[in-house]
Amino acid sequence: MSRGMMRRPLKKARKGTMPRLLKFFFSSYKLPLVAVLICMLFNTLAGVCPGIFQQTILENVDKALTLIKGGASTESAAEQFFPAITAAVIVLVCIYAVGLVAGFIYQRTMAVITQSFLNKLRNIMFAKMQKLPIKYFDTHTHGDIMSHYTNDIDTLRQLVSQSIPQLIISALTLTAVLFLMLYYSLWMTLIVLVGVVAMALVTKYVGGGSAKYFVKQQKALGKAEGYIEEMIHGQKVVKVFCHEDKSISDFDKLNTQLCKDATSANSYANILMPIMNNIGHILYALIIFVGGVLVLINIDNISISGKPLDISTLIPFIGFSKQFTMNISQLSNQINAIAMGLAGADRMFELMDEEPEVDNGYVTLVNAREAENGELTESEERTGIWAWKHPHEDGTVTYTRVQGDVRLTEVDFGYVEDKIVLHDITLYAKPGQKIAFVGATGAGKTTITNLINRFYDIADGKIRYDGININKIKKDDLRASLGIVLQDVNLFTGTVMDNIRYGKLDATDEECINAAKRANAHSFISMLPDGYNTVLKGDGSGLSQGQRQLISIARAAVADPPVMILDEATSSIDTRTEAIVSAGMDALMQGRTVFVIAHRLSTIKNSDVIMVLDKGRIIERGSHDDLIAAKGKYYQLYTGSFDFDEQTDK
Amino acid sequence: MLKKFKLLAKSVREYKRSSILSPLFVSFEVIMECLIPFIASDLILIIQKDYENIKLKFLLLEDPTASAAVFGGILVVMAMLSLSFGALAGRFCAVASCGFAKNLRADLYKRSQEFSFENIDKFSSSSMITRMTTDVTHVQQAFMMIIRTAIRSPLMFTFSIIMAFTLGGQMALIFVFVIPVLFIGLFSIIRIAMPIFRKVFKKYDKLNNSVQENVKGMRVVKSFVREDYEKDKFRSASENVKNDFVRADKILAFNSPIMQLCMYSVMLFVCFFGSRLIISSGGQSFDIGKFSALLTYGMQILSSLMMLSMIFVMITMAGESANRISEVLEEESTIVNPETPIGVVKNGDIEFDGVYFKYAKRAENFALSNINIKIKSGQTVGIIGGTGSSKSSLIQLIPRLYDVTEGSVKVGGVDVREYDIETLRNEVSVVLQKNVLFSGTIKENLRWGNENASDEELIRVCKLAQAHEFVSSFPDGYDTFIEQGGTNVSGGQKQRLCIARALLKKPKILILDDSTSAVDTRTDAFIRKAMREEIPDTTKIIIAQRISSVEDADMIIVIDNGVINGVGTHEELIRNNAIYNEVYTSQTKGAKME
Repeated sequence: MSRGMMRRPLKKARKGTMPRLLKFFFSSYKLPLVAVLICMLFNTLAGVCPGIFQQTILENVDKALTLIKGGASTESAAEQFFPAITAAVIVLVCIYAVGLVAGFIYQRTMAVITQSFLNKLRNIMFAKMQKLPIKYFDTHTHGDIMSHYTNDIDTLRQLVSQSIPQLIISALTLTAVLFLMLYYSLWMTLIVLVGVVAMALVTKYVGGGSAKYFVKQQKALGKAEGYIEEMIHGQKVVKVFCHEDKSISDFDKLNTQLCKDATSANSYANILMPIMNNIGHILYALIIFVGGVLVLINIDNISISGKPLDISTLIPFIGFSKQFTMNISQLSNQINAIAMGLAGADRMFELMDEEPEVDNGYVTLVNAREAENGELTESEERTGIWAWKHPHEDGTVTYTRVQGDVRLTEVDFGYVEDKIVLHDITLYAKPGQKIAFVGATGAGKTTITNLINRFYDIADGKIRYDGININKIKKDDLRASLGIVLQDVNLFTGTVMDNIRYGKLDATDEECINAAKRANAHSFISMLPDGYNTVLKGDGSGLSQGQRQLISIARAAVADPPVMILDEATSSIDTRTEAIVSAGMDALMQGRTVFVIAHRLSTIKNSDVIMVLDKGRIIERGSHDDLIAAKGKYYQLYTGSFDFDEQTDK
Repeated sequence: MLKKFKLLAKSVREYKRSSILSPLFVSFEVIMECLIPFIASDLILIIQKDYENIKLKFLLLEDPTASAAVFGGILVVMAMLSLSFGALAGRFCAVASCGFAKNLRADLYKRSQEFSFENIDKFSSSSMITRMTTDVTHVQQAFMMIIRTAIRSPLMFTFSIIMAFTLGGQMALIFVFVIPVLFIGLFSIIRIAMPIFRKVFKKYDKLNNSVQENVKGMRVVKSFVREDYEKDKFRSASENVKNDFVRADKILAFNSPIMQLCMYSVMLFVCFFGSRLIISSGGQSFDIGKFSALLTYGMQILSSLMMLSMIFVMITMAGESANRISEVLEEESTIVNPETPIGVVKNGDIEFDGVYFKYAKRAENFALSNINIKIKSGQTVGIIGGTGSSKSSLIQLIPRLYDVTEGSVKVGGVDVREYDIETLRNEVSVVLQKNVLFSGTIKENLRWGNENASDEELIRVCKLAQAHEFVSSFPDGYDTFIEQGGTNVSGGQKQRLCIARALLKKPKILILDDSTSAVDTRTDAFIRKAMREEIPDTTKIIIAQRISSVEDADMIIVIDNGVINGVGTHEELIRNNAIYNEVYTSQTKGAKME
């Protein structure tokens, strides 16, 4: 939850991230981006070109003044020079108008493109995430995954909507201004370039210092926030142990370090702007002074236009140098944002490049009708009878009725290669049987069920479902035929009805209510303020653990699968509530193959077969009575003289 | 709003000096920056040999090049000064804002530590964390803005206008038209866009919450094969968010065109009328120097206005964070020490006398009603009841984690409200149901109970809590590092470490709130046996789901819906208490084989 909000330390983006991002971005919005680029060009030119006309105007003014000083009347000077000035201003009006329209168009188009791009990225990431194997979720924290949607998207928003346009505009402006400067005077251009070099050096030095301390600040912030998170979650324990003063003094240490690093980072960043601005000012003085001297000594100007260096060519340079310095300091402001944006893009690409869950299955689950002679045929409608549709290489298709016969033969498995956690597991679950797993935490109970629905793939051995190797069954269809109720209930934001319907999306309200009745959930749901329309938020936080579990059982019940897996479904419920929940579960188990994992032995006593697992091996198997009679581990467990957790602890 | 800012401003403390110096140097910087174009316009006139119009005539020298050098030199000096002022302002600003943020975080943290359980219940932990992290960062940024940019922009604006009018005279009238246009334009954009942004940010949060739900429930999604359904759901929600963002961003896109419109208007006006004025007045009422200075001031006026609108947005946004922070700072702890606290707890006697309790004053129903219990020092008491029957509420009144609504709870014959809280809680040790271990070694975790405990004592309590055996089986023994949330030990091991931690306090009263639920029955029995033998004088209260955990207690209390349903020994209750009997039979059905 809040870990998603925590800033992660800055990581440099891998090489090639920028081209990849740009390629992806441009190929997604070719036409609009071309339009944007054209508009940007016009907008930039409208910002730069006026310098020429300003120069024309000033040239005329200067000439007029010289005439007047020479004794001409102001009227005659006006008559002579006004038309040229008016013409220049009219051209300026046109240029500005074009610039404005172009600017408006590109801003609006960019707004749409940016948001569409972010939307596209979100959708790609989410779709990708749905395809990833469970292993991915085991190896990445929720906070890490979430930060793709929050932090990474935010940094990319900055990158796409501001940094990249700024980069392009600056490049355009700098090129255009450089050209214009050369148009007027090489000497003056050289002076401006001296200032530019100075700014580049400052950016490198001060900006580098700022970046270094920003990394430190992020680290310190991460530590302080991590501490806050841990202490706030454990706040009641802090109170019980009167540990407030100690925790305050520990926090002070982290907080002081954070303050130190943040002050350094912000000092550098805050100093950068005044330095850049004032290099601009010094440059301004330098241009007028050196330019003035050059004018005074009448130096030979070198320029594209061939104009001489005089006051009218000098003044535009003030504007040029301003545009130059402003663009460079804006660029230096973007450096951090660009680095962060690229790092964000890199992390997103990492997610997008993850290997999706592989599925080579071709056997599918279909509705079927049974003819008198017992032969199955495929049906479009729901019939209540399910069949595996098995296409063979020779083109024939066979249909096998889904019954819930699950067999594991000599199965080995390890989460990581070379580290086998399940050894030689062999078991048969006949249709309608109840199979229980008992054992210590980590003995491999849940792992077995995760193999049946192929959250993980076995290393060796065979698993057959109604006689079909489960590797041949399409994963989606395999999972659709298995119902699961887990110890940790996950409900989704929405009404109670929506949550139950999650098990079967086309279920009618009536079907959902019936499922709730079967799961013993109906009575409490009816007592909720809005009954089945009560909106659940935050994983059903308004409900008790037992109530949430009942809804999850109803959800499995409406799916009506031939095989059920109940993984510690009742262990976090108190015994009185459990009695109610168990009644619901017993109803649910009727006529299905069921795998049960339970902490309390009372819940599994009536199983057809009980498997006692220890360190990934089945060490005992049989009915309750068989196992009691055998006086083995199960017997000790049952009579309380032995506990698995104790043994594995040692 | 102002009151909130005042409350927050209290955290500035030792950074007051920097907080004042920063705006001061900003002002100096602005003055320099505004004077620079003024001097520059004279320099231009020198080069133009138009000595008539020069404003600082006294600085003129015979030789024009020397004059130019003087004015150029002044400009460079002013730029250096401006740079120094700017750098100093930046430094003071960084010191002040980071320091302020540090104090604010520290104040928040301190306040959170003073919170009673009732206060803690009121703020969810995620909201507390947000307040101490993201919200503080927002306020810090706003503070930085206020003592730097928010001073700079209005000053710049005012100075530039003054200079523009002094230099430009009637030419500066253009600003009378342009400024209101820009002002109205910028603020209408904010007024229209802000509410949309607020709305869409809420939607955006919801979208991210649903992603989080999906990540957490991935096994459910995959088990029910709902990937495509989730994708469609997400796609439409994300599309919806996008459309709102586009709507708001499209309005924001007016921002820079309006700015450009105003800037271009000023340029055109000055170019057209300015140049005519120069010529028609023969360079008397307007000159090229002023012409160029006016354009520079125009830029400064408009961009400071633009900055102001941005500051306005930032501060409004930060206002919401400031609100959330002040909510915490204003929250008074509901449980405070009495004025003359009693510092000694005599013994482990406990007495509930006509106790009524509800969690919030507004709550309709009492969580506990009419509770009367007397427990003698050294007794062992079991409490049995279903979830939601208020067992935990009952025991949390003893160390005064909550205060009773009516009646009184006495420990050692004295009302708990008269004790020094720390003394009371050290003598009444509770092992909470939702317990946590902190990241750190096992030793460090245990020493929460007693900072100065020796290693022998640690081993003694761990033996008592049946934890020594598994701890010593770890490669690093008592120095084993516990991950945040105690994820690298099993549930039962965690519970036993929590019990050991509580035992280390050597309390007169020990309360176990369902603290052995993940421990097997046999170990559970060992723990109870050890307690009976090793700490016979300590009053022990055990809340449990399993009858076996309480059956040998001196007294068992059955609680149902906040009232006492029965009190007695195991044998008595089996005979005369329906609930107890029901729970007992459900748990032992067929279990007693032998």
